[in-house]
Amino acid sequence: MINNMLGQTVRIEAADPKHDGDKTTSKYALTVEDLNAWYGNLMVIQNISMGIGAQRITALIGPSGCGKSTFIRCLNRMHEVSEGGRVTGRVFMDGQDIYAPQVDPVSIRRRIGMVFQRASVFPTMSIFGNVASGISLARFWSRRRDLKDVVERSLRKAALWEEVKDKLDQPGASLSGGQQQRLCIARAIAIEPEIILMDEPCSALDPISTLRIEELMLELKKDYTVVIVTHNMQQAARVSAWTGFMLLGQLIEYAPTKEVFTVPKDKRTEDYITGRFG
Amino acid sequence: MTVKSNTASTVWARVGDKIFSRLTLFFSVLMAAILIALLIALGIDAWPAIQKFGLSFITSIEWDPVNEVFGALPAIYGTLLSSLIGLIIAVPISLGSAIFLSELAPDWMRRPCSFLIEMLAAIPSVIIGLWGLYVMVPFIRNPIEIWLGSNLGFLPLFSGPPFGVGFLSAGIILAIMVIPIITAISREAIVAVPVTQREAMLALGATRWEMITRAVLPYCRSGLMGGVILGLGRALGETMAVTMVIGNGYVLSPSLFSPGATIASKVASEFNEASGDLYIGSLIELALVLFAITLLVNIIARLLVWRTVSVRGTGE
Repeated sequence: MINNMLGQTVRIEAADPKHDGDKTTSKYALTVEDLNAWYGNLMVIQNISMGIGAQRITALIGPSGCGKSTFIRCLNRMHEVSEGGRVTGRVFMDGQDIYAPQVDPVSIRRRIGMVFQRASVFPTMSIFGNVASGISLARFWSRRRDLKDVVERSLRKAALWEEVKDKLDQPGASLSGGQQQRLCIARAIAIEPEIILMDEPCSALDPISTLRIEELMLELKKDYTVVIVTHNMQQAARVSAWTGFMLLGQLIEYAPTKEVFTVPKDKRTEDYITGRFG
Repeated sequence: MTVKSNTASTVWARVGDKIFSRLTLFFSVLMAAILIALLIALGIDAWPAIQKFGLSFITSIEWDPVNEVFGALPAIYGTLLSSLIGLIIAVPISLGSAIFLSELAPDWMRRPCSFLIEMLAAIPSVIIGLWGLYVMVPFIRNPIEIWLGSNLGFLPLFSGPPFGVGFLSAGIILAIMVIPIITAISREAIVAVPVTQREAMLALGATRWEMITRAVLPYCRSGLMGGVILGLGRALGETMAVTMVIGNGYVLSPSLFSPGATIASKVASEFNEASGDLYIGSLIELALVLFAITLLVNIIARLLVWRTVSVRGTGE
């Protein structure tokens, strides 16, 4: 049990395993404590505390501007890259606070990968080059195995291999929107992170591509912890084990997905999922 | 068509539309016509020289007004050499400062620094030339050329007496004059790289340096190239400052210390005293050669930019 600073006590662990598709719920990949974030003087995240279970999909829903994207950007220290971005609080990964002063954000981002809203393929690189771009960053040369194998494995995991195996040397930008997004996922997987953060990965995609990405997420959770931010409540309901509802920078409710969508505890959650606002 | 669309005001608007489009058409055709007329007029005036020397005008190193023998090779060589020296010095400095100003500089430095660099481009070239001649050239002669001569004098590049004025001084002056152009254009190209590209690279665990070299610079390389080519265009045609510091020799020397001439400096320093159709024609033909060189550079630049853009494909 954890107190979420709104005076409400929120369960952060599934009491009943049947709510959760996974058996491995006993371990948190990330534990967030008292996280606050600002843009300049504007506070966009207020006192969020939550545990993110390992090897399952956690979804964050909420209306536009509620801070859900900012929140997951805090999880791999990307928020501080933004102009005026500032974070206080702690995020534990394997018992280590990733915001501790001695921690290098670069090493955190290598362990916690990220997929963005708009597929950000590197346009001057080939498909192969895009997947390899993370691995071939200079200081990973010591860990670099056969690049080809890694690229193939990553593309297979991202369910893109069959479509691109004959044209790996073509520019990454020649792919369709959905393929580009899967290419970005392959690129994120290639550096073998432990956690993958996805910031509205399907919002720019057509329904077929969206379906493929969702299937992919379900596949990925076998190996990775996935956190997804989405506007699409059906999507959250389809793929996630746990769902957090955010509003105005606060985590209003955080529970197994089925509970959030069937018996929400908070009136505001109910209003949102029944379409009364947002 | 509804009745409403036939009111007087819409009819008038349509006439205005037509007048406007005709007027803009006229202006653009006029500009093209001026260019063509200029070329034809230059061609006619240069005709005596073209007829007399033919292709040997480009390959000959003679420039003898008394005997009326004219060749352009030393001037072509001087133009290309001084511009090359200028670019070799200017490109690393410009790219470095563009990267610093767009990516690394603290906020309070950005604006004043870029403003000052861009102000450099606003200084009239005669002032830069004057400064070059009285301040820079003596310094280049001693210690720079003397040091280079005594330590690296075995290279043909640094052989010969240190005059101060010469290709090296011209190249350095040109570098100073093109740095602001290349810096300003490169900085804009770098700033225009989308945040998503930077963040994508950072999210893969890249350091700032890796983000710049692997995501930012490749993304905007056609813009960077455009900046360099524009700088080169200015360097090739720059006249006043170069004329003042290049020493007005007319030789084909490998030594950077040697006084020389560029096409522009040759034309500028002799048009006043030229007499006779052949002499004037030769100067004008020299101008046509410069025109051809800059045209060629621009075409190559277009091709390079076009190629990188097409490689980039449909991506953002």
